[in-house]
Amino acid sequence: MIVLFSLAVGVLAGTGLYLMLRPRTFDLILGLSLLAHAVNLFIVLMGRIRTGAPPILEASKAPTLANYADPLPQALVLTAIVIGFAMTALIIVIAMAAHKKTRSDHVDGGGERS
Amino acid sequence: MLLVVAALFPFAAALAIALLPTNARALSVAIAAATAAVGTGIALAIAPDVFSGGVLRASIDWLPSLGLALAFRVDGLAWFFMLLVYGIGLLIVIYGAYYLAKEDPAPRFFAFLMMFMGAMLGVVTASNLIVLVVFWELTSLSSFLLIGYWQHRGDAREGARMALTITGAGGLCLLGGALILGHIVGSYELDRVLASGEAIRSHGLYVPALVLILLGAFTKSAQFPFHFWLPHAMAAPTPVSAYLHSATMVKAGVFLLARMFPALGGSPEWFWIVSLTGMATLLVGAYFAIFQHDLKGLLAYSTISHLGLITLLFGMNTPMAVVAGVFHIINHATFKASLFMAAGIVDHEAHTRDMRKLGGLFKLMPITGTLAIIATAAMAGVPLANGFLSKEMFFTEAAASLGTHWWLPFGATVAGTLSVAYSARFIYEVWFSGTPRGLEVTPHEPPRLMRVPVELLVVLCIVVGVAPALTVGPTLAVAAQAAAFGAPGPALPEYTLAIWHGFNLPLMMSLIALAGGVALYWAMHRGLNLHGLNPFPLGGKVLFQRLLAALIEVAHRLTAMLQNGSLQRYLLLFSLAVLAAGAGPFVASGGVRLPETAPWPLEGVNLPTIAVFAIGIAGAFATGVWHRQRFIALIALGVVGLAVSLAFVYLSAPDLAMTQLMVEVVTVILFMLALAHLPNESPPERRAARRLRDGAVSVAVGAGLAMLTFVVLSLPFDSISPYFLETAATLGGGANVVNVILVDYRGFDTLGEISVLGIAGLVIFAIVASLDGTNPATPTDTRPDGRLLLPLALMARLMLPLAGVIAFYIFLRGHNEPGGGFIAGLVLAVALLLQFIANGQRWVEARMATDFRLLIAGGLVIAGLTGMAAWWFGSPFLTSTYDYPWLPGVGGVPLASAALFDLGVFLVVVGATMVALISLARMRRDGTMNSSASGPTRADNKGVAA
Repeated sequence: MIVLFSLAVGVLAGTGLYLMLRPRTFDLILGLSLLAHAVNLFIVLMGRIRTGAPPILEASKAPTLANYADPLPQALVLTAIVIGFAMTALIIVIAMAAHKKTRSDHVDGGGERS
Repeated sequence: MLLVVAALFPFAAALAIALLPTNARALSVAIAAATAAVGTGIALAIAPDVFSGGVLRASIDWLPSLGLALAFRVDGLAWFFMLLVYGIGLLIVIYGAYYLAKEDPAPRFFAFLMMFMGAMLGVVTASNLIVLVVFWELTSLSSFLLIGYWQHRGDAREGARMALTITGAGGLCLLGGALILGHIVGSYELDRVLASGEAIRSHGLYVPALVLILLGAFTKSAQFPFHFWLPHAMAAPTPVSAYLHSATMVKAGVFLLARMFPALGGSPEWFWIVSLTGMATLLVGAYFAIFQHDLKGLLAYSTISHLGLITLLFGMNTPMAVVAGVFHIINHATFKASLFMAAGIVDHEAHTRDMRKLGGLFKLMPITGTLAIIATAAMAGVPLANGFLSKEMFFTEAAASLGTHWWLPFGATVAGTLSVAYSARFIYEVWFSGTPRGLEVTPHEPPRLMRVPVELLVVLCIVVGVAPALTVGPTLAVAAQAAAFGAPGPALPEYTLAIWHGFNLPLMMSLIALAGGVALYWAMHRGLNLHGLNPFPLGGKVLFQRLLAALIEVAHRLTAMLQNGSLQRYLLLFSLAVLAAGAGPFVASGGVRLPETAPWPLEGVNLPTIAVFAIGIAGAFATGVWHRQRFIALIALGVVGLAVSLAFVYLSAPDLAMTQLMVEVVTVILFMLALAHLPNESPPERRAARRLRDGAVSVAVGAGLAMLTFVVLSLPFDSISPYFLETAATLGGGANVVNVILVDYRGFDTLGEISVLGIAGLVIFAIVASLDGTNPATPTDTRPDGRLLLPLALMARLMLPLAGVIAFYIFLRGHNEPGGGFIAGLVLAVALLLQFIANGQRWVEARMATDFRLLIAGGLVIAGLTGMAAWWFGSPFLTSTYDYPWLPGVGGVPLASAALFDLGVFLVVVGATMVALISLARMRRDGTMNSSASGPTRADNKGVAA
């Protein structure tokens, strides 16, 4: 599974970055969502791949990492997902405002440059 | 305590004077004079302690957390400078009171002057390197203000800027040097630094520290090649020139040399850098001084030259040279300050300082003339004046190294000759040499009191010159002792302060210099037209200005290159930088070798997992490939989100899977709403090369991350999580460790995050409000709700109470089972949103209140109050009260206070999500979308937008 997860993180980050480099705000935000998936997955993976061992304590099993998945990265990512949504909503509104004011949805506010 | 008062008193005076009205001339003079007088008194009062070899200390806490105190330490050297700063300061204040014109705002002048006085005292009495640097910078700043006192004059502003740039840059170097020194010694305390000379000189960082500190000292004391700011600083009022730029501030540099001599001096590096710089400055200053036509210009270059002499003496590395150096500081301060004040009197009376116009003034102002001539004699080193004594000591030291460094006595004699030559010019062309040429006024003696400071100083010159041992002897002894060894230490070698040491080599050198100097001036006066000459006095300034202009130009170009205004460009540069930062160490270390114990990379792979990954990866690619068709891209993105949720299920993270699922739903709704206002398609990009370039960068970054993930997952790891697992039940009272971490261990963090969440919701609300000029909290849309799917509408109505119950259930069980405030909040939000989608906005608004901002506020208040409740019981903010007996539980079920906190989380999540989406939904559409977009009707057909 290490190969599959590594591949997944790489593909999500790569496609995310490619979209973020596009000149339109909407594409950029799509890319940001993909990159967020990659980062969240990466952080959870830092607790290593564990199957069938959710960190819900049971009386019959000793509270060690041998019996449960690492809860810390999960806690970090849980809030990250929610905050990520809030931030996505915020920049979408900003993008909409920019579009309304500049009549363009180019990230640089005008035509292509650089 | 007296010390602290003495050191900080002038700052109080500066503040008091600064608050006076602009015309309060007499009062500001009185305050300034009283300050200087009191300070002089304090210095004299502590004299007995200093003379008995004591070191006085005082300290008040400043930044105790950084170990920094405003600590002062007065040994012989510091005391001597204290007397110099206060004593000459007093004379300058008296002189300045007469010097300033009626239209000059006196309070500003004296406030700056007092500020400088305090800064200078801080420099000389600081007992901590950092404190010293702080005061050092304050002297640069106050010097800047004083040089630029006549703000209306361009040359004053320019001179002030130049002085600040040079001395400020030097101050930065000094700070660097002080930090290195503190690192070497392990302390910034002067006592420890001065006592660690051996350790410092043998340390590997000695040379960098030395060079940096010397740069600070050389820029301040106008040493070659940084000397050129001093002549331009002469645009300052003359009292400032006399005080700062001859007697005190420029002496801060040589003071630093003296102060640091026990710690840094004595090495060959010190000898070569310091003595060569001193010698170069000595010669350059004396040579240029001859060609100045401006009185103050001549004195400025002479000051540079004498500062070079003092630097050279400290560079010679012998205790006797240090004695001579300290002695010359005293002597130079007295004769040069009096000369500046005399030049100021001439300027004041004749309205010019140009020697080409002056002449024969002795007949018109005989008393001032006599005083000036005596002071000039001291400057030239004529016997019976104090300048002669220290110059003889200098010559003695130089002559002593005739065998090893022949250039020392040679250079000393040449410099002596040059200084006699410019002194001769000063005497002859101002006071004799016919009659004034083209003056508009007839000069006469100045007011009596204006001359008093000059008289006092000139008397000092002669008294010291005639009877040195009786007058200056003890002061010199303690000051030189402190300079050579730090306060306690071995005794100085025996020396006698006397005029006559017999007919020896130093005396010969003096005679050669006197005769040669007079002859040189006479020859130049006759052979060259000195008045017509204007040789290269601006070299340094022009170079400085070009350098500055070039630097600014380079900065502009670099900025223009990196910051061309394109966000796309920035993102690309960031990505490349990240790539380099990530790949660099990987390549440099020759790659990673995986351990033997690394798990088999294909372990656990089976058909279902491959299927899910394939779907997810395909979704990601689809998003990328079809991003221009935005609805397709959106669906693909949703697929990716679902795949990620499944990945979380696989990774034993049920909470994450549930959260991700819910967020995915609201995100898709969010994007749909956005597409109602944004074009539905991206226009094609013109340049394929650019897509190729971005693609290459993205592939590289993605591959790098994949590799990183692979390597990390193959390596064994250590975690701090066992602590959470072991204590979640006992400390947090919950079985769902993720939830316990969120609401208990990391409760404060979570409080911050829900605050961000709430703020984001409110900002979205505000942006929409500002765009439309309406309040998104109230329904404004009067259009019908469009076509609705009846079955969906009915189902949604039925589902709402059910969803509410489920949300409540998920919330309640969250502490022990997957769930909790975040997930429950999202579930409820999705159920509410479904009502809007299925039944339309107006239908919902008719049946419930839709201002969800109240929920954000309420949630934050509940979470905050729960945290504060812990204070009531003497525990820190947000301490979980699960194990406190005051809340025994409800029906035998122990209820942690963290559950209340989680309720706050729940409310904020519902509130923020709803505020964000409803604000967007209510945003008014205008028909001004760009041509690539399809019209509003198409978005309506999707049934999302209101």
